Amino acid sequence: MEEKTLYTVTIFSENRVGLLNQISIIFNRRQLNIETLSVSPSALEGIHKFTITTYTDLETIQKVVKQIDKRVDILKAYYNTDSELVYQEIALYKIATDALIEKGSVENLIRKYNIRILEMNDTCVVFEKTGLYDETQQLFEELSKTVGVLQFIRSGRVAITRSKVERLSDMLAEIEETLAQKKNRKK
Amino acid sequence: MKSKELAGRYALMESLKAEGVDTIFGYPGGSIIPTFDALYDYRDIFNFILVRHEQAATHAAEGYARVSGKVGVVLLTSGPGATNAITGIADAMMDSTPMVVIAGQVASQALGTDAFQETDLVGITQPITKWSYQIRKAEDIAWAVSRAFYIASTGRPGPVVLDLTKDAQTELCNFAYKKCSFIRSYIPYPEIDEFNVEQAAHIINAAKKPFALLGQGVILSNAEKEVMKFLEKANIPAATTLLGLSCLPSDHELNKGMLGMHGNYGPNMKTNECDVLIAIGMRFSDRVTGNKNTYAKQAKILHFDIDPSEIGKNITPTLGILGDIKESITMVTERLNEAKHKEWIDSFKPLENKEHEKVFVKEVENCTGDIHMGEVVDKISKATGDKAVLVTDVGQNQIMSARYFRYKQTRSVITSGGLGTMGFGLPAAMGAKVGAPERTVCAFCGDGGMQMTIEELGTIMQSNIGVKIILLNNNKLGMVRQWQELFWHKRYSFTDMLNPDFSMIASAYGIRNSVVEKREDLDKGIADMLKDDKAYVLIVNLEECGMVYPMTPAGDDVTNVLLEKK
Ligand SMILES: Cc1ncc(C[n+]2csc(CCOP(=O)(O)OP(=O)(O)O)c2C)c(N)n1
Ligand SMILES: [Mg+2]
Repeated sequence: MEEKTLYTVTIFSENRVGLLNQISIIFNRRQLNIETLSVSPSALEGIHKFTITTYTDLETIQKVVKQIDKRVDILKAYYNTDSELVYQEIALYKIATDALIEKGSVENLIRKYNIRILEMNDTCVVFEKTGLYDETQQLFEELSKTVGVLQFIRSGRVAITRSKVERLSDMLAEIEETLAQKKNRKK
Repeated sequence: MKSKELAGRYALMESLKAEGVDTIFGYPGGSIIPTFDALYDYRDIFNFILVRHEQAATHAAEGYARVSGKVGVVLLTSGPGATNAITGIADAMMDSTPMVVIAGQVASQALGTDAFQETDLVGITQPITKWSYQIRKAEDIAWAVSRAFYIASTGRPGPVVLDLTKDAQTELCNFAYKKCSFIRSYIPYPEIDEFNVEQAAHIINAAKKPFALLGQGVILSNAEKEVMKFLEKANIPAATTLLGLSCLPSDHELNKGMLGMHGNYGPNMKTNECDVLIAIGMRFSDRVTGNKNTYAKQAKILHFDIDPSEIGKNITPTLGILGDIKESITMVTERLNEAKHKEWIDSFKPLENKEHEKVFVKEVENCTGDIHMGEVVDKISKATGDKAVLVTDVGQNQIMSARYFRYKQTRSVITSGGLGTMGFGLPAAMGAKVGAPERTVCAFCGDGGMQMTIEELGTIMQSNIGVKIILLNNNKLGMVRQWQELFWHKRYSFTDMLNPDFSMIASAYGIRNSVVEKREDLDKGIADMLKDDKAYVLIVNLEECGMVYPMTPAGDDVTNVLLEKK
């Protein structure tokens, strides 16, 4: 078996119902586990962006991306490895206030991990940490061992390529151009 | 077009009319009743064929589409009506058949409540359609229908489902129809890269033993002439896939037959001997390649296809040439040197002879004992001047008829390839006859498959559809029985059929029929069947344990061809 790599799949789609289902079916059919998922409107109006990570090999990810791309309402799908991307995740940790006070060294922890405190009351404190998976995981492990974590949640990855503009803009410009040509020809 | 106020159901009728629809296959029910009411006013515009089961409506639409190149249209109710259509939708997806299925749905306020006959049709059909969309407002009907026809018929064709809520059928809207010719997220005809064309021509010009594989893409792209010119200019022998049959006349000197598990000996053997393998509008299905690890390893592989996701999916080509074949092949042909590959082409001959002697003689030419499938097919092909449309069911009957029918004209073979759907034959033949009334349509069915959609004899009776049905009756699920004999130690687990009196059934529907059991009665039965243009069921009782040869066992090397019983 070929070594598995973490791939980030970026998908631009029309803002239409049922697209997530269409995409996840394609992962299902190839027995690929979606590690993380995040969806939001993109920088281009009316276009949604999906960011999905999955472990697989190059051949499979190429085929999967082509099959996603083929769906009528998908504008474009890409895949990248980590080195081609700037990416981040966000994690929230809920900790019992008294446990934290008992432990004492909160300040160190905050400095070491660059933690933000989102909420604090007599029963619990909510920490926020943004970072790579390993970083948020490391904090989780440290907190679990020392003060205990009441609740923990981590977001899907968000990622951006290292290139200057949204890759889709070029493609859209091209599409608009062919459309204009078509119209002219009709006249 | 100026807009006018219409109820959604009339907007649908007008939209279908604007798309040039002339035939609709379907079945009514509660949530589509408003549309059927509108249909009543359009009886003169649409030839509506009332089937007996919704699965048959989809297969009939497939037959209609495959024979005519037009989009097949299906109209159904929600819930069970829609789920009954799933098999045909999946079949059309696998075989790239353009089809628009319009199903009723519960009223939009009731969606998600498990209302009577509500099913999530869009959810169910997403993986088996090119596009699947729920229409909840009358004003979206024109837009959605125009998109549906555009998507179904362009690029690599396929099925589209429109799920139409009951309230969208009844509410009023401003109707103006505009045909769709562009969707920004959909590129049906990818631009052809000239560099790739140059490269491909260069590789073919250097080839000593080129071999072309022709798939249904040739037919779907209307590129039969262009491909023939291509083959003739560089003198390239070719073979077709099951779905590509009839894209090149059977008797064309460069046509070396059919590929695949039960294909011809020559083409399969030569796959692993050629130096350049030129795949045109085909997808290297496992039924064609057998073991992919040993498939055409010696050859440079050129893959011409319109669908980017097919290039490299099953076989990694040396070069993929993306684009509409009609154009890409023409561009390559312009750059080809005229060539002669006489020695290479002649080298198919001994293999042909061997297959002839080991297989053809026993199955067709010089049969002994009970009637064989092959001889029946051969005789009927001859009797129709090799001009009929062949429709098959699935099983031994499918392979035998594909092997021994001959074709002069394109769009002459309608068979369920990718899905292998038993029960396809009879309804698909109805659709084909409706789509090409001037042609003779011969449906070859097995006793098993025929009984999966035998209720359609009712449709044939009611709509007067002149199909010729040849029931190749071996009282067995023959193809499965063959696998049990060859690979499962002759343990015949549930492949015997106790069959009804098929003649009585046909007669009950008022369809002329005859039963043939002896070789000497075959010609008379065939002549009787073909003497007019009316429906006919020719029941041929055959040897029970016939085998289809040649056969390459599933997953074996393409050259591991069994020509006869060991
Ligand atoms: C709907 C469906 N169910 C099951 C199968 C599996 N299958 C393939 S061929 C075959 C036997 C077909 O028997 P029959 O229709 O009598 O044709 P024969 O092979 O005898 O010509 C079966 C069961 C199938 N292809 N389709
Ligand atoms: Mg049978």
